[in-house]
Amino acid sequence: MDRLMRRALITGFLGGIAGVHVSLVGMVDSFQGRDTIADVVTLGSMLPILILLLVGWRAASPMRSAVLTPSAGRSLLLGAAAGAVTGLMLAALAILVEVVNLRWILVNATPGLAEILQFEQGQVAGSLILIVGGALLGTVGASMHILPSAVARALALGFLLSVGTALMEPFLGPVLRNLELDAIEDIFFAGGGLTPIGFILVFAATAAGIYAWLTRGHQARERVAAMPADRRRNAKLVWYGILFLLLLALPQLVGQRLSEVVGTVGLYVLLGLGLNIVVGFAGLLDLGYVAFYAVGAYTTAVLTSPVSPAFAPGLPFWGALPFVIVAAAMIGLMVGAPVLRLRGDYLAIVTLGFGEIAKVIFLSAWAQPIVGGAQGILSIPSPLPFSNHPQSIYYPIIFFCILAALAATSLASSRVGRAWNAMREDESVAEATGINTVRYKLLAFGLGAAFGCVSGALFAAKIGVVFPQSFDILVSINALALIILGGMGNIAGVVVGAIVLVGLPELLREFAEYRLLIYGAVLVAMMLLRPEGLLPNRQRRAELHEREDDEDQYAETTGEETGRPVVST
Amino acid sequence: MPGRRSRLNLVNLFLWVLGGGILALAAWGAFLTLAQGRITPSAWQSLIVSGVALGSVYALIALGYTLVYGILFMINFAHGEVFMWGAFTAFFAASALNDAGVIDASPVFAFLLVLLTAMLVSMVVAILLERVAYRPLRGAPRLVPLITAIGASLFLQYTARGFYGSGVRAYPGFGLFGGTVEFGPLRMPLVDLVVILSAIGLMFALYFFINRTRTGRAMRAVSEDKDVAAMMGINVDRIIVTTFAIGGLLAGAAGILYTLLFNQVHFFMGFLPGIKAFTAAVLGGIGNIIGAALGGMALGILEQVGPNLLLTGYGIPSANQLQDVIAFTVLVLVLIFRPSGFLGRKENT
Repeated sequence: MDRLMRRALITGFLGGIAGVHVSLVGMVDSFQGRDTIADVVTLGSMLPILILLLVGWRAASPMRSAVLTPSAGRSLLLGAAAGAVTGLMLAALAILVEVVNLRWILVNATPGLAEILQFEQGQVAGSLILIVGGALLGTVGASMHILPSAVARALALGFLLSVGTALMEPFLGPVLRNLELDAIEDIFFAGGGLTPIGFILVFAATAAGIYAWLTRGHQARERVAAMPADRRRNAKLVWYGILFLLLLALPQLVGQRLSEVVGTVGLYVLLGLGLNIVVGFAGLLDLGYVAFYAVGAYTTAVLTSPVSPAFAPGLPFWGALPFVIVAAAMIGLMVGAPVLRLRGDYLAIVTLGFGEIAKVIFLSAWAQPIVGGAQGILSIPSPLPFSNHPQSIYYPIIFFCILAALAATSLASSRVGRAWNAMREDESVAEATGINTVRYKLLAFGLGAAFGCVSGALFAAKIGVVFPQSFDILVSINALALIILGGMGNIAGVVVGAIVLVGLPELLREFAEYRLLIYGAVLVAMMLLRPEGLLPNRQRRAELHEREDDEDQYAETTGEETGRPVVST
Repeated sequence: MPGRRSRLNLVNLFLWVLGGGILALAAWGAFLTLAQGRITPSAWQSLIVSGVALGSVYALIALGYTLVYGILFMINFAHGEVFMWGAFTAFFAASALNDAGVIDASPVFAFLLVLLTAMLVSMVVAILLERVAYRPLRGAPRLVPLITAIGASLFLQYTARGFYGSGVRAYPGFGLFGGTVEFGPLRMPLVDLVVILSAIGLMFALYFFINRTRTGRAMRAVSEDKDVAAMMGINVDRIIVTTFAIGGLLAGAAGILYTLLFNQVHFFMGFLPGIKAFTAAVLGGIGNIIGAALGGMALGILEQVGPNLLLTGYGIPSANQLQDVIAFTVLVLVLIFRPSGFLGRKENT
């Protein structure tokens, strides 16, 4: 057996492990209730299908280390073999689940799971379908290497986007109905997914669009580049204006439930922008960011709520805000000062400790007379007193998000931002060039704390109550995951990350339970495959790929491959 | 630059005042508690015994952190999850043995069998973790493997939640090591004794392995200097895997000992013991094996005795709620006053 075939079989095996994993954690089962393509493919079966396509694609990709590229026919064969292996493992899982009772250990190893995996065709026929279907899908995945690159990309991305559109039914459906476009809704959506016709239409449109962009896109980009500078700036301003108007109109467009979700996304954008200053700009991994969020929320609650236990000055939201900022600065210094001299990993774990301390103290009987213990603090007033409309909180959130984004942008390109860059890349060198690292670290912590506290204050005002349970480690993890997915050090990345990691799980109930599992996988996968995030900041990208670039350069100048060093230096 | 120097001193001054203040508060609290005499000597005694038992579990986990840190200079954030997987395995193995009647027939054999299974599964998890999450990133900027570790930790946690369910699973009273033993005036639960003895036995085994075997010597060489060790013909990659494997074995053992003490398993159970064991490793000086063992014991005792000794004197209600705060405060204080820990080498920080 040659190396390509062996790799294909290993890929198939790994795909099988992935398939067994998603089956046993219960994803397949709980996604079964929704359709991707109405009455044709459920969301549950979509998971193995995607895995099989990916396995086929991966099995036939050129081998980097040995510079081996399989021929066209060979590619298809490799894809089929890998897909068949994955299918075989899923079939084996289904039979195992049916024959042996494992439910006392694995809660999801139910006969129902086996039936889903076997497409309700029984053991023999179901297993055959899985293996043959696996081989077919693997072949389809592998065929992406045979087609011209632009076509392959258009098809693959178009398919993924169509599946994404189907997933977004709970979001798009209500929006369309809200706009009284029921006719369009009926054509495209059914059963929690797309209709077959809708799927074909969306697929055709997205694939054609992507193909056009891939083949003709460079012309458009050249035309933009050829524009005079002032016209380009004007065009940019027009775009920003449109975006701004869209943001203002959003609550009216999407209805009440969705504007709730948009509000939550906004809170996390704010958190992400703050954490981005600490982690992305200054390179200090803070895992206790939730402490700031909690302090902001509790300060607001104590100062504004008429029923706060110890003293209730009953200030309006905007009157409490200065105190929130002062509290933020203080807590930022308190967290910042002890960890000033700590290096990356120590810093992470100490800040994690601070986050836990905050929660334990807010929950304890000791602090109960001031912050209400497990009962929390109720009836926090809304920031806009003249409007009791539930959507009105949306506007302050947007206001602070824009403010924070502007502040972060101007900081990034200022002297402070450059000092942070230097500090992140090499602390000793930064200090040697005269940067006062103590001051800049404290500044980063203080600013990050301010953003976090304001977000917490808005959170308290948005839901009107605070409980200690709202402030656990998961808030920090959410914020961290979203800036990493979006791209550290980049503001657009924060917005994209918040929409994907916070907004989508709120909308897609099926995913809510697997949210953190997916976060974990996203964090690992991003660090392995694309550490700079989806929308990278150019400088960070350069930092993270320094070594590969060095190697490539070496190979270019000397014509030799260096190979990866076994030992790190 | 005189300006900079004075500002740094200001920070130092602030830290010393903060640390000194906390220590003074603790001392005064201890004095008040003892003066009031609310807690009887036998209560102190049982607190200390359970502190040592808990501390020996922390010590076993802390050894995993320290071993990996000594070689890779990174904190394996997901180590608490390796421990949790060991605990779950122990739970299922014990249930199976209980159903088969082995536990009633010969409890010691059953215990050893469960211990072995849990250790092996944890070892496999640790090796996979290294292979998938850490090895491809060797030589990447510091933040990158750290974030991967957090991701891996979440992944392992929520995989356990998906596989085994989200509820707390209680050990159905196997009657494994019930009752108490007496040494003269000292009375202690048999479980605590078993836990302490098992942990000490494993630590001696580790000490022997590191100091007396060929692989142990190679590990020490790699932790001194990877490049030179590689030149001496040591397969550095294999030594790193071995280190993770040993850390996993110890974490698996800690998993079953912890469940013996607390009688339940849960998918989130790795989080706090993980952080506390890390604190223990820092307390003893990260990278130092004896330090981790002693640090674990010290933290366990402090955690059991601390809230009662230091806080009840101030009349704080339900002081035991604040025991996690004590552990973290210890961590912060150690990092302020003696970042290299009590037995650590200076250059580690």
